[in-house]
Amino acid sequence: MEFPRLLAVPLNYMPLAAIERATGLLFTRVLKEHPDLFERLGEYRAKRFAFLPSDLPLAFIVEPAGPSIRVIRKPATQDLADASVEGPLFLLLALLEGRCDADALFFSRDLSVTGDMEAMLAMRNALDGADIDLPRDLSKLAGPLAPLFGRMAQDVRRRALNNETSSWN
Amino acid sequence: MSRTASPSLTMGPVYYLWDGPKWRDFHFRIADEAPVDRVVIGETVCSKRQHFIEPHIAEVIERLEAAGKTVVLSTLSLVTLERESRQIRELVADSEHLIEANDLSALGLLNGRPHSIGPLVNVYNAPTARLLAGRGATSICLPPELPFTSVEKIVAEAPAIAFEVFAFGRMPLATSARCAHARSKGRIKDNCQFVCGEDPDGLPVKTLDRQSFLALNGVQTVSHTCQALLGELAGLTACGISAIRLSPQDCDMVAVARLYRAVLDNALDADEAIMQLREIYPAAPLSNGFHHAREGAAWVARARDTAHGQA
Amino acid sequence: MELICPAGTPAAFREAVDAGADAVYCGFRDETNARNFPGLNFSRDELRDAIAYARRHGTQTFVALNTFMRAGDEEIWYRAAADAVALRADALILADFGLMAHVAERYPEQRLHVSVQASASNVDAINFLVDAFHARRVVLPRTLTIADIARIAPKIRCEIEVFVFGGLCVMAEGRCSLSSYATGKSPNMNGVCSPASHVRYRQEGKELVSELGNYTINRFPAGEAAGYPTLCKGRFDIADSPAYAFEDPVSLDVMGEIDALSAAGVSALKIEGRQRGKAYVAEVVSTLKKALSVSPAQRAPLLARLRGLSEGQKTTSGAYEKRWR
Repeated sequence: MEFPRLLAVPLNYMPLAAIERATGLLFTRVLKEHPDLFERLGEYRAKRFAFLPSDLPLAFIVEPAGPSIRVIRKPATQDLADASVEGPLFLLLALLEGRCDADALFFSRDLSVTGDMEAMLAMRNALDGADIDLPRDLSKLAGPLAPLFGRMAQDVRRRALNNETSSWN
Repeated sequence: MSRTASPSLTMGPVYYLWDGPKWRDFHFRIADEAPVDRVVIGETVCSKRQHFIEPHIAEVIERLEAAGKTVVLSTLSLVTLERESRQIRELVADSEHLIEANDLSALGLLNGRPHSIGPLVNVYNAPTARLLAGRGATSICLPPELPFTSVEKIVAEAPAIAFEVFAFGRMPLATSARCAHARSKGRIKDNCQFVCGEDPDGLPVKTLDRQSFLALNGVQTVSHTCQALLGELAGLTACGISAIRLSPQDCDMVAVARLYRAVLDNALDADEAIMQLREIYPAAPLSNGFHHAREGAAWVARARDTAHGQA
Repeated sequence: MELICPAGTPAAFREAVDAGADAVYCGFRDETNARNFPGLNFSRDELRDAIAYARRHGTQTFVALNTFMRAGDEEIWYRAAADAVALRADALILADFGLMAHVAERYPEQRLHVSVQASASNVDAINFLVDAFHARRVVLPRTLTIADIARIAPKIRCEIEVFVFGGLCVMAEGRCSLSSYATGKSPNMNGVCSPASHVRYRQEGKELVSELGNYTINRFPAGEAAGYPTLCKGRFDIADSPAYAFEDPVSLDVMGEIDALSAAGVSALKIEGRQRGKAYVAEVVSTLKKALSVSPAQRAPLLARLRGLSEGQKTTSGAYEKRWR
């Protein structure tokens, strides 16, 4: 599943500040629901993580130490993050919800990880341990992106499970 | 504390499949020429190979003992079949020689009588060493993976046991129920035709970028590099190690033994010995990474090692 | 037969309990267990809550302390054992003799299980552990056939647990230094194998190259699914022919043989995968739990569904099948 093109294109023209504000709202909401989300990161809390949806013209940079999230237009230069994960938005959301297995993360070529593998593994485990449930967590949120995320979140679960591939050890 | 008596040399068991006469002649030469005190013999890797050396065991023991060497009998490292279990039970029941345990069944059966522990048994700390000593172990060859920091602590905290360190040879890294060696030649373990005998020093495993990496020895996987603790011998001696183990490779092992003896006796400088060792066994680069708490394949140059050492 | 399920996080733990696990195994967030991966495992408080949750649902909790104590730092393992006992873990899963002796002596009432990492692969080995440490159960190494297990079972004085699903160690567990040879980090000493810290992927023309430490573990042509560079599942060159020298990148699945395992005298079936996600744990546990309660005929479609979940993933029955050797 790709992010619908018709929806992606306007993101090219939407002011970055507006996108960042909306994203920040979601980010804050999730952190409010899960205050200890980044606790599992341990020493990797100081790293910067890039989430790069391959079907969107945007890059999301998360700094757990802040905590903060930034949105930039692609092409993003590599050194904005210590570890990056790139793939279709639905897989990245699956990762966010902890509905994406570490192995799927490393194995499927739809999702590629660069930089500090250990940091990204820690991030994935932190997300997996956090019980994020986007429809539930964002239900209190009003705004243009909320219904979109709600719809996608449902699909993500099914999709993510189908992307289980090889195993580790 | 410091036990500074010079360590003795032990020749470990031949891990590879050498044909009977080659195996016999190797031990005859060790008996006659090598400055080693103990020689460990017996098939350790694969029970299917047992019959190759069986006809020669008695004469090898006789020759070694006549030369004043202590003979120790090695047990199999992976025991899964009833036939293999029976063989160890019989060995334990009948043997007049000291036995070196390489798996848990041998440990269990040897309870209450003096025995050795081989490097394939997991001894990572002093409580484990003391436990084994309480059951009759008199000497333990520590696993090659152990860093010196662990070796030092174990030796200090288990004073009743004679410790040995694996100081020469390709390191045994893994054992499998599956025979990668046979599979690489289009066979499986049960129908292997002893193809591992074609590679008396192991079958090289390279990466797809042609880096030398590992070697296959039947069901065992060994390192491509050759463990070489020479610059480290002074430190090992100072910490109270009783013996230094040399693991046979397909090279002049008498020369290897003489070299180690000379370094232990301070008759040869370690750097010079390292250069000579490279000539005696050119097939594999030397490594000592495990000792220095690095990756096992690494070579840590001596200058760096001794900069803050007691040597 | 009991179903023993993995949990790397409290979330996965709850999923396993909810899905019907008879027991869940987990570890502390440090080097005392063999899945010492970043971001994984349990704090003391998390374990306390998890055990309470499990108990309310009639599920047992096993705590894995299955690495080997580092000389001089034994206290870390002793403390982990003391805490697990105090938190009323139903069993401790141990591999190190020194730690087994400590637990058997200090906590004689504590149920002690022998980890697969101890490599107890035969009758004499297992009975040694029963006699010396009062082991109540042994997790058998993945080096035995079902016939071997059937032969061993009547001669030992403890229960048998075997791995049936998930990752597969090709080498005898607890006796493998391949990872530390390449990276300096090993399962026995650090609780990690082929650690992520030493993994690199690099694109070379059309090929994706996976590396562990300084070594190339695999090269994937465009279109081929890339794998994690677990050392024993890499592709290597032997006598100029590239191949998976030790094992293909497959995982273990012997659920098709559960009647044979039961007849062989196995008490508990273990699922590997503390590093897997909670969604995976939920799906695998619930399906296998169901599979255990239905007739063999009804079982097949359930298991097929599970394989569907792992689309594109190859499975093997490993050493349980003699031809694997």
